[in-house]
Amino acid sequence: MRSTSLFYRRLASPLHAARATVGVAWVLSITTAAVLLYHPVVLAALFAGVLAAGAGAGVGRALLRALRLAAIVWVPIVLVNVLVSRDGLTVFARLGDLGPFGQGNLTVEAVVYGAVIALKVMLVVLVTTLASLAVDPDETLRLVRRVSFRSALTASLATRLIPVLAADAQRLAEAQRTRPGGAPGGARGRVALVRAVVAGSLDRAADVAATLEVRGFAGAGRSQRRRAPLSRHDLAFLASAVAVLALSILARAPWAAGGGAARFDAYPEIRAAFGLGTVAIAAALLAAIVLPFADRRGIEP
Amino acid sequence: MSAPLLSFRGVGYRYPGAAEPALQDVHLDIHPGEFCLLAGLSGHGKSTLLRAACALVPHFHGGTFAGSVTLAGLDTREHGPARLGEVAGVLFQDPETQLVMSTVRAELALGLESRGHGAATVARGVEEVALALGIDGLLDRSTHELSGGEQQRVALGAALVGRPQVVLLDEPTSQLDPVAGDELIGLLRRLNQEWEIAVVISEHRLERVLSAADRVIALERGRVACDGDPAAFLRWAAEAAPSLQTPAARLFELAGVPEVPAGVRQARSALRRAGLLGDPGTPASGSAGAGAAPPRTRPRGRRGHAPLALRVRGVWHELRDGPAILRGVDLAVAPGETIALMGRNGAGKSTLLRHAAGLLAPTRGRVESGGRVALLLQNPGDYFVHERAGEEAPAQALERAGLAWAAERNPRDLSGGERQRLALAIVTGGEEPALLALDEPTRGMDRAAKAALATELRARARAGTAVIVATHDPEFAAACAARAVLLADGRVIADGSSAELLAGGWYFATETARILGGAGGALLPEEGAEVLARRRPRAQDPLITGAPT
Repeated sequence: MRSTSLFYRRLASPLHAARATVGVAWVLSITTAAVLLYHPVVLAALFAGVLAAGAGAGVGRALLRALRLAAIVWVPIVLVNVLVSRDGLTVFARLGDLGPFGQGNLTVEAVVYGAVIALKVMLVVLVTTLASLAVDPDETLRLVRRVSFRSALTASLATRLIPVLAADAQRLAEAQRTRPGGAPGGARGRVALVRAVVAGSLDRAADVAATLEVRGFAGAGRSQRRRAPLSRHDLAFLASAVAVLALSILARAPWAAGGGAARFDAYPEIRAAFGLGTVAIAAALLAAIVLPFADRRGIEP
Repeated sequence: MSAPLLSFRGVGYRYPGAAEPALQDVHLDIHPGEFCLLAGLSGHGKSTLLRAACALVPHFHGGTFAGSVTLAGLDTREHGPARLGEVAGVLFQDPETQLVMSTVRAELALGLESRGHGAATVARGVEEVALALGIDGLLDRSTHELSGGEQQRVALGAALVGRPQVVLLDEPTSQLDPVAGDELIGLLRRLNQEWEIAVVISEHRLERVLSAADRVIALERGRVACDGDPAAFLRWAAEAAPSLQTPAARLFELAGVPEVPAGVRQARSALRRAGLLGDPGTPASGSAGAGAAPPRTRPRGRRGHAPLALRVRGVWHELRDGPAILRGVDLAVAPGETIALMGRNGAGKSTLLRHAAGLLAPTRGRVESGGRVALLLQNPGDYFVHERAGEEAPAQALERAGLAWAAERNPRDLSGGERQRLALAIVTGGEEPALLALDEPTRGMDRAAKAALATELRARARAGTAVIVATHDPEFAAACAARAVLLADGRVIADGSSAELLAGGWYFATETARILGGAGGALLPEEGAEVLARRRPRAQDPLITGAPT
């Protein structure tokens, strides 16, 4: 089954089948890679890897929806960087004297660096979206509970209330459409609608609070660690996380074997390593991300 | 008798800001292993009594509390809901607000984890309760994907996971279809009999629970008006509160049969003893199973070229990346016709009504209407966006709904029945639509309010408005609709007169029809009494007595 919802659903996929600690570690390793690396080719490989992982987890369509939303940040990031950066040497447009801002020289380096930063931001958005779609939030919050039960449960409730309130808002809007003249129009109508949604959410919050009371939330104790053997998917994603981290460090560090195959400097001029090493690092990162999805044994919920 | 598990001593309670007390001078003792049914009209204190039993009243709701409630030796004035939750499981009306975690497994585990139980105890508790309730297949499902029946079972599981001594349930079947509702009651009875868990349940459809109950407690204006076994309650109801009578009891009263049956089985035995019903397995004369015409599966409606209020032609509703909710539905509705749309949760009833009202577009097929279609959705509160009822609907519509007096009131301060009438006034807008569609309008309504709504709908139909009601309540369907359409898995599987369709089933049948085996197409107690009256002089008729023919 494929998911288009932007909320977690238990699906038959290797990532869903892995425990939350492992899922979180895997996602953090990719996020770290996205933060550490700047080389466009390597970032593109990470990007392709995450999209492929989304498809492998059965949430590809939902991930693309999130990507469309995240793409909105691309233009402002590039634009702002081009306008504020003074470090590039290759000027492609001169805006003249901008008073307190100095000379308005727009450089190719600033455009490229802005695009790289936007790509990194979108990559982080994509990875966290994948985590919210495919890593069990209850299990994740259970990890936090050992530190603070109430904070974790509050976060869990907020997570749960988002789809519930979204459904409430949809129901309310639908009810307004059945009025003879349609939904109340204008700013006043919209304010009335928002007020009704808020009032409904308060009612719902009171009901949920009553449920929590009788479930013993007020006397919440410290939850205990669960012990379960590592599954094949736990092991695969752990190995993948370690590989992604190791490759990222290898790609950046000039002292490492391969000597910074993913080195990239935007300023003052664009200088990027590009050779077999770069391609090998990009391919290895892509493979490390995607390979755990190849084993589909024992993934049924 | 053992010491009481739950005791009320002179309990009185008033909600904050309320003019009238919700409970007054309540004295009750409930013992381990008892199955108690709380009866009473809406607003007469059933829910408050349950909330007082688990200490939500007064700890959560505030207000003024007098007297004492003791549960398993714990005084609710000293111990809050969290402590009492260890001995009492609670299930409220709306399952959606009782599911707070993302997956079923986490939901079941929450109560045990909250109380600091070890991982092994939690895992075992979850596994056992899931097996006991038959929800082990749902453990890894997301809670927001579950059907209404599944949600209610999971919420019941969450209430039972700590092995409570008593389970308190507030109208748990109000949002369930007849099949899921009967399953839930059967499950409670099994838990009660096998594990001696005391059950205290409030319910409007008394006929659904009465045969399982050991004891019935009726509340009137917050006071205990009757406390006895089901037979004693029915005798009291016949005298003092006819609107609480079950259809079976009403049938017997009208037919002049002196007994008071708690359920279909008792009623059939009593009628058999009186010579008014054949032996089990013998088809009753005129029953749906005895050669009566089977329900039609082809669309009905006015023949020829007369204008229709609604025509649905081969409508499909297929979700992208999901199942088909409607599969080639055909339906023709004539002006003035009254139709009950029935079927299990998820059969496609609500979706069909949304197509009729133009809220959804078919992925295949066509919907044509002969004028405006007014749709009343399940929750009347969804319509209220203003502070005054007068801003919600035109004065003429309020007048017609009998709510002219409430024009300056906040809609959310109105009673359940009044809110329903206001929502109806909003969607009709003071002008009669060609078709009035209602989606589960009787959720949480008591019998008196249902009767008033049925009368209102029949009046609108007489004035020429076609009425189509999606409902799980066969009694309400029989009271307001001449035609019934049964949906299953997005298809119309039966379409015929209510007398044909609601008389011949096990689940989608009224209590009267089930008692009489569908004889004469009688659905309501009044019709059933006529059937029995016709049988009296012919009591020796072999078909009736079950003698060999």
